Parts: sequence; structure tokens; C-alpha cells
Amino acid sequence: MSSEQPAGTLLSVENLSVQFPTPDGIVHAVDGISYSLDAGGTLGIVGESGSGKTVAALTLIGLTRTQGATVTGRIMFNGRDLLTASKTELRHVRGDDIAMIFQDPLSSLHPQFRVGSQLIEAMRIHRPITKSAARARATELLDLVGIPDPKRRVDQYPHEFSGGMRQRAMIAMALSNEPKILVADEPTTALDVTVQAQILALLERLRSELGMAIIMITHDLGVVAQIADHIAVMYAGRIVEAADARRLFSAPQHPYTWGLLRSIPSLEGPRGVELVPIPGRPPSLIRRPSGCHFHPRCAYALPSHAAIDPPLVDAGAPGHMVACLLDAAQREAAWAELRAGGAPEQARIAAGIEDDAVEPTEVAG
Amino acid sequence: MSNGDALVEVRDLVKHFPISKGIVIKHNIGSVRAVDGVSFEVKSGETLGLVGETGCGKSTTARLITRLLDATAGEVLFEGRDITNLRGAELKATRREMQMIFQDPYSSLNPRKTVGSIIADPFVIHGLEKGPGQRKKRVQELMDRVGLNPEHYNRYPHEFSGGQRQRIGVARALALRPKLIIADEPVSALDVSIQAQILNLLRELQREFGLTMIFIAHDLAVVRHMCDRVAVMYLGKIVELAPSDSLYSLPRHRYTGALLSAVPVADPEVRTRERKLLSGDVPSPANPPSGCRFHPRCRNAGDICSREEPQLTEMGNGTIAACHFPISDEEVTSILPTAHETA
Repeated sequence: MSSEQPAGTLLSVENLSVQFPTPDGIVHAVDGISYSLDAGGTLGIVGESGSGKTVAALTLIGLTRTQGATVTGRIMFNGRDLLTASKTELRHVRGDDIAMIFQDPLSSLHPQFRVGSQLIEAMRIHRPITKSAARARATELLDLVGIPDPKRRVDQYPHEFSGGMRQRAMIAMALSNEPKILVADEPTTALDVTVQAQILALLERLRSELGMAIIMITHDLGVVAQIADHIAVMYAGRIVEAADARRLFSAPQHPYTWGLLRSIPSLEGPRGVELVPIPGRPPSLIRRPSGCHFHPRCAYALPSHAAIDPPLVDAGAPGHMVACLLDAAQREAAWAELRAGGAPEQARIAAGIEDDAVEPTEVAG
Repeated sequence: MSNGDALVEVRDLVKHFPISKGIVIKHNIGSVRAVDGVSFEVKSGETLGLVGETGCGKSTTARLITRLLDATAGEVLFEGRDITNLRGAELKATRREMQMIFQDPYSSLNPRKTVGSIIADPFVIHGLEKGPGQRKKRVQELMDRVGLNPEHYNRYPHEFSGGQRQRIGVARALALRPKLIIADEPVSALDVSIQAQILNLLRELQREFGLTMIFIAHDLAVVRHMCDRVAVMYLGKIVELAPSDSLYSLPRHRYTGALLSAVPVADPEVRTRERKLLSGDVPSPANPPSGCRFHPRCRNAGDICSREEPQLTEMGNGTIAACHFPISDEEVTSILPTAHETA
């Protein structure tokens, strides 16, 4: 990707890698990922635990710097590379231009301070504003995120809030400086489905009202399907597939994406259809499998796939990229079979993959 | 799955936890009505799902059935026998027949014991398989059956991944060949790809051993996949109980409808439909609303809802629901995001 950001692009991450040295070896947490985010857009990053999705997000706002991480690549925001920004510059960006909310709202709020004073503090760090003005704004923000009776709530402690209200308070804090980007790391995972729906609707409303871009990190395909315009699927520190949301669900190209889609039970269709789990478990990021990192779990792998590392290439639609060694016709045939309810073995035959294909290594999850 | 007799029957089960005040002289100032008059039966060989939001009493119900908690009132019948007040040896013998699988595979295994001794614990407790090498043999058979490498007998829980730990929990639950398994959120702590492995394993084992299962989860799609019948709980009460097919295509209670409409569907095409969001949070079970407990959050509540508590009544298709203004067939399509394909 070029250094010039196209008009409308707010953030572009180019070839970002993050490594952590540990006594056991180097952890390749993020391994050369690139993506861009448009102003007001929503990017979903999907992956399982250990896929590097959270580390990639923390690196955006410099939170991996203090952990001895080796970071390479570029994170272009407002014409600047955030990786080379000074601590002071980064502090201005963090919480002001780019804000983040986390999975567990209880441990993100300080239990001994009133919710209001935590909001006021977040504002006063970034701009000269009187305490009373900040307090008025805090009340306004709580109202904006749908907390009932904000005048009373602003003086309460986090333990007096329910889980959903705490997450709303975190969102209010993230919004306090009108960020251009909100990074939401599994914001609804700890919440009940009814509250989750409320939070997703709130994020969607804030996006359209405030024109704020969102990066939604989650393991839940349902959540990204509901909120994201563009989706990147991560596996073992890399983006293995990226596409427009509709395209990703209608014509997924990577066997890992197929595996994710086939392993979640659905609310529709006939009951009792067997789920097709992905065999094995996510690899260690210290000793990653050779070649295509997914090959030991892939039902479509050929012996050669253990040697060749697939690059992310165009997958036949604008913005659709995939890192897979199968050719387009094979992928199309395999997905057609899977989509019709076929088992991976049938899909392999449909795709014309020879019988000497390596069996996926059966390791218990 | 089968039309067998009821293995478990629960009648008007109540569990109130006292709220006390004072440090030296304690006195009760009220109670949390965690389970407040719940009745259902689980037929032999079937899987009954319990769903509801946090604090609805689903886990407490499970703990009452296994007698990990003592009921305030009501009774639990196991194979037709009242086990609510069993003590000592009789209770121990009954517990052999029912085992639990817990949510968190990290905290439900003792980190200082080997996997072999964790799975052998049920044999030790009940004094079974005493012959030399017999326990080890049985444990290794079990490990093999749930997809663990039997050679890992001497390893410790920290050496296993989350999915493997949950398999250890399953092996332990199976050790005594129980009739009833209660799985309390068995997959909610696991990654998506691993979830499916554990769900498939549970279904296989159920078929193989003819297990009866009570499956507790908050993920409605997982419950639909696993369960023959589903009970929806709200604030300590069952508000709807129906065969899965009926519940998911024609929910009757307004709360069931709201739960189903809140599920994010893994399909961007259905996003455009306007979803009916529930507002507010679950009220405190210490002070539940009058009449229908759901009425403060219900869009369709009328005057009667705050005055009169609705009773569970037959609604067709095997469904019973407690709602004054149940969802009609015509309304379903506007409530369920996926209804255009199922209804």
C-alpha cells in the first residue's frame, strides 16, 4: 500500500507486526496485517482467542509499547505514523481521537470513584474545561448513551450499575472527547443477549449520529454480521480473509471462515443438523505450523500446503482478499457443497482435491 | 427423542436466599427469590433446555435438583422418588445417578491434582472399581472416549487447553454412568470452533449412553441445537415451556419473543429488519414486580398485567406460556428476525 491515504480513509494499518520476546521464544502475535478504515465506517475483526485481534487493536493506541513488544509496519492516522509518534503525541491521540472500550466493564471502571468523576477526569485530561462544565457534559453523555436518570446516576459508584449500564458508562467515557474512531474489544461478550442487542443498537446510533468510525473486535459472527460494513478474519496473527460483510457471508473463500460459519448453530433451518467443528485447536504463536498456518486443521490441505505460505490475494470481488492455496474454482465448488449442507469430505471431492491430500491432524481441542 | 417416563420431576420448587443485616446480631430483612415456584419434568432420554438472562434462577434450579442447595419449599422427584429431603448414604447413592458439567473449565478442576485422579475421584468417593489397576484402566477408557489422549493420565489441568479441560469435566461426569447430566453453560467459555466439538461430543455421548440432560445456556441458538424442549425462565419463574420447534418458530410469551429477536443473526441480509429491543434491565429478584414479573419491560402490557399474575396455560403445539397477551401467529414474523424462513 502507498503512503498516500486515499480521501475518506481515516486510518490505514500497513504491514503491522507485533512480536513479544518470551523465555520460550518469540510470540508472533500479529504478523503483517494491513487494513484501512473509512471515516464513519465499521470494520469487524473476527477471530478466536490467540488470533492476535486484541494485540493488533492495543497496538493502534500504543498500549503494547510498554510490554517490550517489537512493532514494525505503519499505522497512518491523520497523515502521521502512530508507531513513530512520541509518547506525548500518542497521549493526545489516545482517548481523544481514538478511544477504546473493553470486554469487562467492571474491571475497566475504578470501583472507588463515582462514575461521574471518572468521566470528568477523562475529559479534563484532554482539554481545559471547568469541573462544573465537565460535570454537565458527563450528565449529558450518560443521557446520550441511554442511562436513565443521569443526574442521579452521575454520582453513583460502578457497583451500583448493572452490567449493561457499566458498558454504557464506558461508552460514554470513550465518547467524552468525540473520538474519530472507537475501538470496541468484545464489548458485549460478558452481557446478556437482550443487553447485547441494546449496546449494538447504541453503537450503531452513535456511529450514524456522530459520524464516528468503529473497529469491532469479536469472536461472534452474529455480532459482526449485525454491525460491520467490512470484515477481516484473523487466524494465527494474520488476516486470512477480508471482505465486505455481505460478501463474506454469501461467498466466503477461506476454509477457516467456512469452518467458523459451519460450527455455529443457527436459529433457523431444520434442527438436528450436525455441526461441523474445526478439528484441533488454534496453534501456538511461538511455533507456528509451516506453510499455510491453517493447514494442520484444514480439510482441504494438500501436502504442498505445509511448505508454501499463501499471500493475501484478490478473491474476485472489490475489496475481497483471501490467503488460501486452493484455486478460485476449487474454493467455489467446495463452498457450494458446504453451503448445501455437505460434509467437508464431500466438499473436498466436489472441489476435485486429490485423494492423497493430507488428512487433517486430529488433535482433541 | 423418547417418550419415556419422567426421570426428574420438579414441583413448585422455591429457593429464597435470605438477605441479612447487622454484623453481630443478624436479622433478615428480606429475601432474594431466586427460584419462585417452578414445576417441570424431564423425560427419560430427552434434553431439556433452561434459558433466561443472568439472575433468572436457571443455575439455582440445577443446584436444587442435584441437592447442592436445599430447597425452601417444593419437591424434586428423581425416578418418582422424592429426594428433596434425603440425607447421608441415601443422598450419596442418588447423587451417583446425576452429575454436573460446569461452565468454567479453569476453576472447576483442582489445579494440584492430575487429570487421572480428577476423573477417578467419583470412583474413590463411591468406593468403586477397587481392583488393582482397575481405576486407571477405566479412567483411560473414559479419556479415550471423550477424545483425550489416555497417555496424558499423569498431566495437570494447566497443561490442557480450555476445550480439553471441558472434555476432562465431561469424562468426570460420565465416570459413574449417571442417568442425568446437568450441563450448566458448558460451552460459553470456549472458542467458536471448540464449542462445536464439545456440543457434538455431548450429543454423541447422550445417544451412546441414553443420557437424560438438562442443558443450561444463555445462547439460544446452542439451546435450539441441543434441546428437545426448552423452558424459558424470568425472575425465578418459568414463563414458557415448549418443544424446541414450537418455541423457536412460534414463541408465545412476549419475553421469549424479545429474547429471540435480540439474538444477532449471522447474516448481514437480515440486519435491515427493525428489531424490537427490550428496554431496561432485569428487576431485582429481591423485590419482583407485581402481577406479571415481565410487565415493566413489556411493550404490550395492559392494566391486568400489573395486577394479576398470569398462569401457565396451554397455547397449542405443546406450548405452555404464562402471558395475558400472548404473541399471535400473525405477529411472529414481525418479531423474529428469521421468521420469514421458519414460520
